[in-house]
Amino acid sequence: MSQDEEDVILAELLDDELVEQMFDDLYDGLADEIAEGTQILLDRGWEAKKVLDEALVGGMNIVGVDFRDGILFVPEVLLAANAMKAGMAILQPILSASGTEPVGKIVIGTVRGDIHDIGKNLVGMMMEGAGFEVVDLGINNDAETYIAALREHRPNILGMSALLTTTMPYMKVVIDAMVEEGVRDDFVVLVGGAPLNEEFGEAVGADAYCRDAATAVEVAKKLVLEQRAS
Amino acid sequence: MADATVLIIACGALAMEIVELQRLNGWSHIKIQCLPAELHNRPEKIPVAVRQAIKTCRDDYEYVFVAYADCGTGGALDKVLEEFDVARLPGAHCYEFYVGTDEFEAMSCGEPASFYLTDFLARHFERLVKEGLGLDRHPELLSTYFGNYKRLVYLSQSKSPQLEAAARQHADYLGLEFEHRHTGLNRVGRNIGDHIVQWQS
Repeated sequence: MSQDEEDVILAELLDDELVEQMFDDLYDGLADEIAEGTQILLDRGWEAKKVLDEALVGGMNIVGVDFRDGILFVPEVLLAANAMKAGMAILQPILSASGTEPVGKIVIGTVRGDIHDIGKNLVGMMMEGAGFEVVDLGINNDAETYIAALREHRPNILGMSALLTTTMPYMKVVIDAMVEEGVRDDFVVLVGGAPLNEEFGEAVGADAYCRDAATAVEVAKKLVLEQRAS
Repeated sequence: MADATVLIIACGALAMEIVELQRLNGWSHIKIQCLPAELHNRPEKIPVAVRQAIKTCRDDYEYVFVAYADCGTGGALDKVLEEFDVARLPGAHCYEFYVGTDEFEAMSCGEPASFYLTDFLARHFERLVKEGLGLDRHPELLSTYFGNYKRLVYLSQSKSPQLEAAARQHADYLGLEFEHRHTGLNRVGRNIGDHIVQWQS
């Protein structure tokens, strides 16, 4: 980083310059700067939703595209996500207090036998950023846990994640259990994880396979709209 | 045509082990071609790399075998192999073919929160794990990557006290319990040998 960049004083930037700077800071995973920028925009009278959409989600979308294109790698994405969390921590209480109706609700979790949650956490965070209420079941979930959570929380969407080729077939066990319980058609089912693909998503009976967090958000929004229209 | 009649296209992480098997079994008719071990961290690139290697070399050999498991490709490697009618090592990954499917399933079901190292990974931990995951530059990500793991299982192929000590250090660095199981090379050697014998008969 050059001396000039080090000397940027966020509070002295115009709004659009500050948002641009926050894109850069998210890209570089600078959590303190993101928290500061978020607070500055709020202090200037920006609605929390506007800060979230334009500064944080906008910045994370750039990160997502560069990750998909092989320009950024997992460590950089994780640092960017941590930076976004710092901004979300400031915005979340304001958004909750505003009583804004969520875009939809998603129950999300990693399947049985699998303890990997990096991708699942990114999806959860981006879903929250897009206005979804997220119920995170964590890792190593069996079919009974998923179905109990669906009954308790009545979400629009069930999202399942797996990183291992040995654990991803368990998604079919969950979907079969949903069919057996007669609840499969009550929910949109999204699946994701590094070794999955569209063909696998179709084979297990999911509504869609999502290759990354940004795709998951877009697909979720679209399918929730379709669900409400039907 | 090359002098060797059999080509083994192998993951670079198996190079030393397969060369050792070649020496032990007197496989003088076998040529070993290794692909970069870094693909371990980018499994989506394995099918493309294997396809390229098969296409380039298959006319020079009578029999081609691929020393990869599925290795996180989610069946994409198998599609390439079906296309060329080429066999591979069994199972989902090297941990499984070193230990055997039943024992590996018992191990992973018994404790899903297990992180596995082979000799290769113990030897190249700094490059493939620390640098590969960016932990050298961002040690603060350690808990993000490994916070859900409980134990490190070192599956050794050789009986090297130095490697065992290194694996133990890696477990300490990751904050995980340490467990050591010796697998040797018999299982993987038998598997490759069986394929070659089957082809010859």
